[in-house]
Parts: sequence; structure tokens; C-alpha cells
Amino acid sequence: MAQLDPVMLAVLKGRLEQIADEMDATLFRSAFNPIIAEAHDASHGLYHAETGETLIQGKSGLPVFVGAMSFAVKAVIDKVKAESIEQHPGDVFIFNDPYEGGTHLSDFKLVRPFFRGDKIFCYLASVGHWHDVGGNVPGNYNPVATECYQEGMLIPPVHLYKKGELNEDIVAILQSNSRLSGSLYGDLNGQVSALELGEQRLGDLLEEYGEDQVTAALVELKKSAAKLMASYISDLPDGTYAAEDWLDNDGIIDEPLKVGLDLIISGDRMTLDFSRTSKACAGPVNISKSTCIASCYVALKHIFRDVPANAGVLEPIDFVIPEDSLLSVMRPKPVGGYTETILRVIDVMFQVISQIAPDMANGCAYGTINALSMAGYRKNGARWVMFSFFGGGHGGHPNGDGLNHGNAPISTATIPPLEILEAAYPVRFTQWALRPDSGGPGRNRGGCGAVYEIELLEEKADAFLFGERGKYAPAGVVGGQPGALNKFTYPDENGEDAEPPMVSKMVGIHLDRGQRVRLETPGGGGYGDPLERDPKAVAEDVRLGYVTPEAAATFYKCAISENGVLDSAATDRMRGEN
Amino acid sequence: MPKDQNGDQTVVGVDVGGTFTDVFFLNETDGSCDVAKVPSTREDQSVGIREGIAQQRDDLSEVSLIIHGTTVGTNALLERKGAKTGIITTKGFKDVIEMRRRDRPETWGLWGMFEPVVPRDLRVEVDERVLADGTLHTEVNLDDVKQAAQTLLERGAQSVCIFFMNSYANASNEQAAIEVVKDIWPNEHITSSSEILPEIREFERCSTATLNAYLQPPIGDYLERLEGGLRDGGFGGEVLIVQSNGGVMSVDTARSFPVRTALSGPAAGVIAGAHIGDSAGFPNLITCDMGGTSFDVSLVADGESALAAQTAVDFGMVVRTPMIEITTIGAGGGSIAWVDRGGLLQIGPESAGSDPGPVCYGLGNDRPTVTDANVALGRINAAKPIGGKLDHLDVEAAKAAIKAHVADPLKIDVMAAAEAIIRVANAKMAGAIRLVSVERGHDPEKFVAMPFGGGGALHAGALIKDVGLSKALVPRFPGVTSALGCVIADMRFDRVHTLNAMLDDLDLKMLAAEIIETAEDGERRLAEADVAFEGTEHVFELDMLYLGQTHTVAARLPLELDGVKVGIDREIVKSAFEETYRKSFGRLLDGIGMRVLNLRVTVIGRRPKFDLSILGPSGDVSLEDAKADTREVWIDGKWWDAIVYHRLDIPEGSIVPGPALLEQPDTTIFIDPDLEGLVDRFGNLVISRKA
Repeated sequence: MAQLDPVMLAVLKGRLEQIADEMDATLFRSAFNPIIAEAHDASHGLYHAETGETLIQGKSGLPVFVGAMSFAVKAVIDKVKAESIEQHPGDVFIFNDPYEGGTHLSDFKLVRPFFRGDKIFCYLASVGHWHDVGGNVPGNYNPVATECYQEGMLIPPVHLYKKGELNEDIVAILQSNSRLSGSLYGDLNGQVSALELGEQRLGDLLEEYGEDQVTAALVELKKSAAKLMASYISDLPDGTYAAEDWLDNDGIIDEPLKVGLDLIISGDRMTLDFSRTSKACAGPVNISKSTCIASCYVALKHIFRDVPANAGVLEPIDFVIPEDSLLSVMRPKPVGGYTETILRVIDVMFQVISQIAPDMANGCAYGTINALSMAGYRKNGARWVMFSFFGGGHGGHPNGDGLNHGNAPISTATIPPLEILEAAYPVRFTQWALRPDSGGPGRNRGGCGAVYEIELLEEKADAFLFGERGKYAPAGVVGGQPGALNKFTYPDENGEDAEPPMVSKMVGIHLDRGQRVRLETPGGGGYGDPLERDPKAVAEDVRLGYVTPEAAATFYKCAISENGVLDSAATDRMRGEN
Repeated sequence: MPKDQNGDQTVVGVDVGGTFTDVFFLNETDGSCDVAKVPSTREDQSVGIREGIAQQRDDLSEVSLIIHGTTVGTNALLERKGAKTGIITTKGFKDVIEMRRRDRPETWGLWGMFEPVVPRDLRVEVDERVLADGTLHTEVNLDDVKQAAQTLLERGAQSVCIFFMNSYANASNEQAAIEVVKDIWPNEHITSSSEILPEIREFERCSTATLNAYLQPPIGDYLERLEGGLRDGGFGGEVLIVQSNGGVMSVDTARSFPVRTALSGPAAGVIAGAHIGDSAGFPNLITCDMGGTSFDVSLVADGESALAAQTAVDFGMVVRTPMIEITTIGAGGGSIAWVDRGGLLQIGPESAGSDPGPVCYGLGNDRPTVTDANVALGRINAAKPIGGKLDHLDVEAAKAAIKAHVADPLKIDVMAAAEAIIRVANAKMAGAIRLVSVERGHDPEKFVAMPFGGGGALHAGALIKDVGLSKALVPRFPGVTSALGCVIADMRFDRVHTLNAMLDDLDLKMLAAEIIETAEDGERRLAEADVAFEGTEHVFELDMLYLGQTHTVAARLPLELDGVKVGIDREIVKSAFEETYRKSFGRLLDGIGMRVLNLRVTVIGRRPKFDLSILGPSGDVSLEDAKADTREVWIDGKWWDAIVYHRLDIPEGSIVPGPALLEQPDTTIFIDPDLEGLVDRFGNLVISRKA
């Protein structure tokens, strides 16, 4: 193998990353559905020819795919080997099997072998979240699914292209299984274009620098990532640390589900042991083992920001995830609500790190995707489906208060403009505002969640919600308090305000014209003891309406009037009592 | 250069940068030009401007026109030094500006923070509502509006923004509210969102309008000081301000729409680049501005600069007005080189800036920068630092820092480490160039790199080799490029309006009427300015997409304005969209409906360009006379003797073989051993591979 100087390594790193970034950009620009185009729920990269390990991944794709995609490529490699399938330049596999490749049925993966001569040099892969893949509910977030078959079509790895020849039959099958076949067709085309572009760019790069140099760079980059991660781990004190967090329920049985983590640091290695986690459940909040590992990667990358997106990062880390766990589910257990569980995995990672290295930690973010759908028929008979994810607060952190109304840690998605939603669907937002007292109290307060209230303008519609954090609030760290719980209100059959029996999960909500649903999302957890917060900062929070005078008294022991005037003497008395 | 004594009329371009104020003088009578460079006066930029002009002109009555690229707006936004501003908005929506589009500053790490420029107590809600189709759901309660304005005044607001939901579809509530506010507001600092940006997307409209209100008082005051000072000095001409879109506007327009100056400064440089390149026979170019902390690139294709629809001046501070698309990466002369824990050499994003600056400045920084590597390699003259602030650079300190922070961790020697820093920095900059060219489907061989600013010319040769660009074009006066751009910038008005209709349902009669009305409004504004134009141009575009998509493409309509007729029909719109779509994505999507989101109208008043050959070398010296010295330069692992030239003395037609260093007061140019430089008749240096 070629000896690589440090300069060439740095240069090639940039060039390779640019290829993956450019694949991301190609799909974002040409995708049809807003989940890819606006929310960037997609990812691209280069993967190892034999192991499927991530070699290089784009920087703009959805963070959780960074860990998950290698499992998808591995699924193709395993299938090819097991069935002795001959591979050719121009082949493309397509599938969405979540047990093989991670995440959920909405994510369609395209995997393309990249040939040099008659040998596979690496794989190129693309994943994107399609708008609708069949199943019981539009958009596929079915909160009452008990089998994956109720969540959508399930496609195993099959050839979409053979030697560059499109298999139109596959496209026909996919399209006839979606409520939004046009959108599906557009997204599929965008992913194919992204892979074509990757093929071209990687070919050019290999011509320019030679196969030996590029191969050597890929090997070195993995080694360097492993070394970097090991060095961060060895900075942490040896020991065993534990944290746990809860899901409200699985949507079928109203019992909490535990995500329990024991983290062991020993020298420059880390073990993540999830043995104390609940068993696989009946409802759709299970995740596959590959998804669990991918979520741990996301948490680590939020904590150690400069570790790169390649397999080397996971080399110094051992995972213990029992076979029958919520976190290593097998077919046909439903996985549609996988976002909620990976958010909880990330939350326990943040909580455990706060015990080991408080100055690197932050309070938990709002921790639920809140997939809310409203759907019906217009006067002219046309079907409409509004489907969106909503935001909440981020946790307080050593540098300051948490961000108000941020996106989920697993994604970089932005929310569509509400004017665009109102222009596209027969709804009117009656409120779109920050939610007072939702940020967890702390020396540095959690960011505020939001209040969204939506009124129906058509005659009838059905709504459903898939959310979490209705019973177990986002935790604070280092003495910080939790953020507010998620709260959803809808009109029952008498038109009275009601809350779902499963708290944040509900299907079949019937709405008549003029009726409203209201979603109040959690804030982030606080950082540090709220009694260490400067009373002046609390008073400013009250004056601006982020915190009510009642909460200021209860959590911060501060006496502050309705308009934000601090009573210092009374505050001293209140704080002195502790 | 002698001062003008003949009472000739002069056009003056002024670019105010962070360190220097550059002035370019064009004598329109005899075609001669001068330049001046004075330190910027940060507290009040207008002082530096007057000093700069005074360097070359005693009598301001000789100046007929001053065109100004300003960073007052940019700085006020970045430093949060705008006015205390209030927002009057629809009930239920006062937090739009704070909730943004539910994003975060960085993908990785959840420690982001955001403080909106208008605090929550200065946002007041009133009863009103318009629906997405323009239906008036609730008429605005004008008593509420009056009360809201009074509350804001009591709380100390100096300016106010009125932003109602869906006002792009029906502005009547917003307009009624504006009238009421005007009656009681004590000044002219009132912005309405539907006037600034009648486009769908509430956060972007609210942010743009609010930042406009936020800038109205400081920009208004600044322009008043500037104009007042100039008039006191005898100036009787017109002042124009460069907009972010590269066009100019009158002072009155700038006072009403200050947010359009958000990227005024860099835009002028790109305009100049386009003109210099076009004159020299290179209509396709990529401008590269290397500063202390960043590297800015912008693409000019066929003489036209690429425009972006919006930018974020800082996290959450979105300005949505057409602006010259400038891509910035964190690699400048002050960017710090370091080796990460995994053993990889990294450049930036941390920067030593200009204070303390690179190690060689001796002002307290001990971590090596890109400039330190250039000094160690002999490419920068340590005895003659640019800018005149320091009298020499400390080469040994630079080398020691490179050894400690890069050479030792990588186990290579100091010179190899210095060269490694340059190569990795070049690779990063090349990545930025690739991003705006190759990644947008442009063939790099058809483009030249144009470095301007102080540092770019040291790296230009390496960049053309790395990206595969044909040549590099170093303008005669790289340091005053932006000021030159001011002098030649056209006057320009952009207007966008959301239509949001299927192509089949589009009301063409109404569209035609709107096109004509908007174009006439633009022409009226051109006529109001006391400026000569060579001609007027209209650009009509529709932002279009296939039903179901969210990203639009801008389809340019081949329309000629002929009195009251525009001759628009559905077929013209359809084919314009299909042509644009195919160009962008290589394929059409048959059978899917087309939607028209926005109408964009641009009216351009073409201002006369001057013949750049007046900048060319005078021609009474030989190449031999221009030689100053030789200097040892480290290239590809060994020392070379490079000839040092006085750049401005090199005559037209000379070919300077590499390795060579060309020095001039505002920059140093490095020519690699395998490259050569040709001086053209405009005094540009055209660097290409040796024949």
C-alpha cells in the first residue's frame, strides 16, 4: 500500500467529504417531499467494499444515518454473499427493511457497488425518507401498529438497476403501494441522480490521485478517527456510571418502558451496556440494534464534536445490547416510532456523561418528534394530508440557557413555514408561540418549547399524533430541573377539551370545521442548581414572559412581580431558608 | 499623483473596510484615475471617507457623484448595534422572530444560543387575520394598533416593524395599521413587512422587515452625517449606495430600505471583478477574496454574477433580499494551523485575525497561521509588511511556532510543515471554489480565478492547478477593487411578489398588469435619481416548481416591455420553466402540474463603464528595470532563487517566468516555478501554466 504523507491525507479527506456533500446537495435540491428537501432527512456516503463500514459520509445529511448506513450496506453485502449474486458496474440495490438496515420503513436505501476494473472498490449509498410508503396511516407514523406490516410496504434488498438497466417493474410496485406515488417517483429519481454523481466524482478523484493513495487515505482516516475517540475516552476517569430514562408507553399498553444504560470507562475504551433496558414491546417504539448503535454515535458526536463521520469512531467502543431488548428488535415487531426511542437513548447518554464530565454536558432536549397529521377530503373530492414534526426546547448548558424552539438532536430539520402549510392545506394556525415555564429550571435554564394551535377550515378531517414525553419530562443535569411535559388537547365527541388516554399518542381524532387541536411541547432540561441562578436573570425571564412569577418563586426561590420587578429582600429571605 | 486643478468632474467610489477606506477617483472629463487609501474610522465611517477623498481632491465641488459600498449595516447587525425596535403583529404570533424555522446554529453540539434583536416585551399583538388565499378573516382593530404603538413608544422603541400573517396575499390590514402608526410615530422609522418583502414564508419576511426597522435609525443617521459633511465641504452632487445585489440605490431609498445594504461591501468587489474580467476577455471567473479570517468566493458566468435569494448575517438573522452569492469558508491568512488528537493537520476555523494576528506580527499570538507559513517559506517579504502598521515580520518566531505546533507532532521538519500548512490551506480554498463551480455544473477549464484583497495573490497559482481552472487574473490594484466596483455599478431595483397559483389557473391579465406596474415603478425611481444611464433593462422571472416540490427554480421570461403590452402567455411560461428545470436537473417530470410561486421583476439602469486600459502600465521601463531583488523561496521541498519584481513597473506584454514574486504596496503575487505571468494592456497579470 502506498505510503501517505500527512498533507496528502488532509487534502484527500477534504476531497472525499466533498463528494458525499455534493451527493447530499443533489438530492436536497431535486427531492419532491419536504421531509427530504426542507428537513434534510437523507444521507449519502462511501462504504467499505467488504465490511460495509462507513468510510466517508456527507456533513449535511441526517445525523442518525451516519451510524446506520453501514448496516444497510452490510445487509446488501451479506445478501450478495449468501445468494452468490454476481455484481456488475451500474447495479443498484433498493430496500427499506428496517431490521437489516436500521431506522424505519419510510427510509429507502439505494446501494450501488463502485467498480475499479473488475473489483468492487467501495459502495456508494443513498438514503431518503419518503413521504408515504403505504400502511395504515398516511405518513407511516402509526402509533397503534403491532406489526411492521401495518406500517407500510417492506422491500428486501432487490435490484433496481442491473448493469445500468432500470427494472421498471420495481418502480411500478413501489408506486402502487404509496398514497403519494408522484412524490415517491421524484424522490427515487433524486436518489439515483445522487448516486450517479457520486460515481462520476469518485472516478475522477481516483484518476487524479490513483487508487493506492485513495485507499491508503481511507485506511488512515479510520485509524485517525479511532485514535481521536480513544484519546477523548482516556481523558475521562475510569469507572462505571449509570443513567436511565423512560418512554411513556408503546401506544398499545399504557406502561412505561425503560432505557437503562451502564457506561464503563476503562483506559481508552468505553462500554455501553443497555442490559437494564425493557424488553421489546408490542407497539411501534422498538428499534433495531443497528439503530441503537447509530443513536449512540449521534450522542457521542454531540459531546465530542470534532470526531469524524467514519467507522473508526466506534472502534474503541463496545456495545452490550441483549437480543430480546427494546433496542434490538426483530421482525415483525413494529418500529415506526423509532425516533422516540433513539431520542431516549441520546438522553441517557447525555445524563450519564453529565456525571462523568459535567463541563461537557447539557440538559436533555425536548425529546419527542411529535408527528402530527391532519387529513381529509376537499369539497372537490381531492385528498389532503398535512404531516409535520414539531419543535421544542434544548437543554441548558455550561455556556448559557438552552435554545428556544430548536430541532431534534437526531436531525437538522427545519419546520416548514406556517404560511406554506396554510397555503397548502385547509387549516389556520391560531397560535404559534413560545411556551412559558416549559424550560427546565437551572443555573442555566432549559430553552422553551412551543404552543401550536391549529383550526380546521374544511368540513371534516381526521387527525393523529405520535409523540412522547407526556409522562416523563426531559431531564435536567448537574442539579438542573426537568423541562415541562408534552401536552396535547383535542375536542372529544361533545366538543369538550380532551387529552389522549395514551397521553401523546392518538389515532382517529375527528375534527369538524372550526375545531382546534393544541400541542404544547416540552422545553429542555436545566443545567445546574436553579438556586444558583442570578435573581436578576430570573426577573428578566419573568419580565419577558419565559417564566411566570409562580415558577420563579417555586423553583428559583425568587420574589418577582408580574411585570418582572425583583423584590431582593423577599428573595434573600426565600433563598435563606434553604 | 497631482491633484485635479482644472474643475473637471470626478466620480468617486468609496469602499469602507475593517482596516482601510479605499477611494477610487475617475475623472470623467479626461478619463484619468487616482486612488487613495486611508485608515477606516470605525466610530463614524464618514470621517474616513472625507479624509480619503481629501487626499486627492481639495475641492469637493469637482466631485459630481460619490458611490459608496458600506459596512455600517453589516456591522450594526453583527454587533447588535441597531436601534431599539418594536414589532406589531397578529395575535398569536409574536414569537415568530424568536422561533425561527426551528433550527440550531451547529449540526453537532447542542450548546446553541439565540437572542433576537427585538426582545419579547417589544413585540405587541393586535387582533387581525388574513387567510392564505387573501380572504380577510378578521379586520384589523385599529384601536389595538394605536395602543400597541403607544406601548412601544413608552417602552423606548425608536423604530417599528408591522408584520401580519399572510400579508403577502392581502396587505390591506397591514396598510391600514401603517397609516394609524404613521399618525402617532414621531419619526419615519416605520417598516411594513408587505412592503419590504411581499413573499410567502412568515419568518423570513418578519426577520427581513424587522432587521430593516432595526437598521433604519443608524443607517439614516449615518447617511445624514455623510451627506452633511460632504455638503459642508462644498459637494453638490449625488450620493449612491451599493446594495447587496451589486446594484446601487439613492440615499433616500437606502434610508427606507437599509436592510438592502447588508452585504454592500463585498458586492462591489464582485461587480468590479466581473467588469475587469470581461474587459480582459475573461467573462467567466471566480473572485477570491482572502482576508484575515475568511476566504470569500463568488462566481461570475458570462459577465453576470450569481445571485442568492437570502443569507443569514448571523444565526437566526435572516435577510431575504436578492444578493450577490458569496460563499465563505474559514480559511484566511490568520487561520490557525494545528494537529488534532487523531494526528490530522487542520487549518482553522480558529483564527488569530489581525489582532494579535499571526505569530510573525509579534503581538502575542504563539500559534502558527497561514501567513506564518508564507513568511517561513519566503513568499512574504518580512522586511516590508503590507499595510504599514509594522516595520518587519519575525521569521524565526513564525518558524518556532510551526515547529512546536505542526512539525513536531507530525514528525516532519519545519520547512516541510510550513509547506504542508500552505497545501492544506490551498486544498480548503480549492474546495470552496469547487463548491461554486464544479458542484454547480460549470466546467472549471472555462473559468479563471481572480484574487483580490491582500492575501489571495499568493495562493492563486496553486488554486488554478488544484481546481483545474485555466488561469488566474490578478487585477492591477487588487487592494482597491471594491472601490473601483462602486464606480461602475449599475442602478438596480428588485421586487418580488408571491402569486402561488397552478400554471393552468394563473390569471395572466393580472400578471401582465403587475409586471407593467412594477417595471414602471422601477423606471420612475431611476428617473428620480440624478444619474446618467446608458440604457435600461428589465428582467422578469417566475419562481416555479412541480406540484409537490418545495424548492423553486427561477424561470426567466423572454418578455419585451412594449408600452402597455408584455405579450405573456401560458406557453411562454411553460417553456421557460422547462428549459430552466432541464438545465438544473437534466430531466423533466412529465405529467406533473406546474406551480408559479413568485414573480420577480428587476429594473436595471446601466451606468457607463470606463475603459480600464487607463489603469495599464505607462510603458517607459523594461522588464529588467522592474527587477528589484532575488529572494530564496521554499517550493516543493527545496530552496529556489526567485526574482522579485516591482509589479507596477512591469511593462505591458512582458512574460514573467516562475518562480517569481511580484510586490506592490497592497499585495504580493507568487508565481510557482511551473507557471508564468503575462501583463496585459490593462495592467492585469494573467498567470497560466508555462508554455
